[in-house]
Amino acid sequence: MQTLFKPEKLSELIQSLSKSLFETHKDFRNIVFAGIQQGGAVLGEQITSELKLLVPGQNIDYGKLDITFYRDDIRKEILAPDTMHMPFDIENKTVILIDDVLFTGRTIKAALDTLLDYGRPAKVELCVLIDRKEHRQFPIQADYVGTTLQTKRTDKVKLIKDEVVLIPGEEG
Amino acid sequence: MQLSTRHLLGIKDLNKEDISLILSTAAQFKEVLQRPVKKVPSLRDVTIVNLFYENSTRTRFSFELAEKRLSADTINFAASSSSAAKGETLLDTVQNILSMKVDMVVMRHSASGAPHFLAQHIPAAIINAGDGINEHPTQALLDAFSIQEKMRGLEGVKVAIIGDIMHSRVAQSNIYLLHKMGAKVTVCGPPTLIPKYIQQALGVQVSYNLQETLEWCDVANVLRIQLERQNQVLFSSLREYNIAYGISKKLLDSLQKEIVIMHPGPINRGVELDSDVADSKQSIILQQVENGVAVRMAVLYLLSGKN
Repeated sequence: MQTLFKPEKLSELIQSLSKSLFETHKDFRNIVFAGIQQGGAVLGEQITSELKLLVPGQNIDYGKLDITFYRDDIRKEILAPDTMHMPFDIENKTVILIDDVLFTGRTIKAALDTLLDYGRPAKVELCVLIDRKEHRQFPIQADYVGTTLQTKRTDKVKLIKDEVVLIPGEEG
Repeated sequence: MQLSTRHLLGIKDLNKEDISLILSTAAQFKEVLQRPVKKVPSLRDVTIVNLFYENSTRTRFSFELAEKRLSADTINFAASSSSAAKGETLLDTVQNILSMKVDMVVMRHSASGAPHFLAQHIPAAIINAGDGINEHPTQALLDAFSIQEKMRGLEGVKVAIIGDIMHSRVAQSNIYLLHKMGAKVTVCGPPTLIPKYIQQALGVQVSYNLQETLEWCDVANVLRIQLERQNQVLFSSLREYNIAYGISKKLLDSLQKEIVIMHPGPINRGVELDSDVADSKQSIILQQVENGVAVRMAVLYLLSGKN
């Protein structure tokens, strides 16, 4: 396991993501944030905390989305679900999905399926810390990207606590 | 984390981690049931047969709804309207159904051990929805889920199981489960309805005094008097049973603390529970029914990947 980003670099990326979210929207009254479990939920908490500093006095809605029941490879391995916490209405709102790593695009597809069972948002945007662009399997792009990484298909990239780590793949 | 078994035949076969996994998964399914779309696609490639060789309303509806909420395909089989009435054996019926590519079987049968027999002979995952006087594991799981929700845990909770213990698969499954999760259990009822060696065999306390039992417990799980399973007279009349072991509002109000009332249904109103108790705010009978769907979704989901 190798550390890709230490806490200082990570917090720099989070600040820059928060800044571009702020510059695009400025007003967050009709916007809700949903962090995808587990890495995206951790990141989402940090991004929304940063945003609160940029728009003092404004309430920022933040929820956690668990996609376990919507995975397209569910029969390969039955996983225990994580906590789902969406304590607000998403009908006609702009939802900003947050995830730590955008890889094949399958997680985001599952997250969109999950989201639509809560209502019909006006718009959905995607914000990710790391984009592993060359491995995409679905036509999904992020609106906000912290950084792009060149990786092997078999590598695993994860946000663990306050560091981003790479677990090298065995083959190729 | 996965269940340690391929089937759910009884609580007896589960360990503490299995039970915790089912209960925590059920909490997530309960959240699903509060959404605008109360459905997930998890089991859309799974076909389930509900084999009911014995009458059931609540359990059958609850399983069927759980299956539909998971997007599974379902077929229903009721023994009274099928070829079983023409003399086909259980194994033949099930093998015929399985040749139609069924992945899971939910079964209720009047013979204790019927689901265990099936599990040895067919490759599908079997879920016991009640077998004779043996076990009714999903009822015990939904009871535990409801107690946990109300008491914020199971460890150390004092549960009284009251009524016809002798003929009750619900009592047996509840005792296994509550003991595994660290709760304390007392069974209470007339001596004729409590198995003689239950204290030694299952490690429960036995009481024949309803007032004392209610003073002791945090939760009273009141069982139905199962008239259809009694071929001998075990108490003189329903009226007498109500006087000695029926729970009235007056009795509840006379206790030092407010206890929780549960009942697996269907209630014999005026026999084991008076109407004003069944409908009181201390009763969580309807929450049990609601939780039943979430708990059964959890069991079906967790067993769906084992083929």
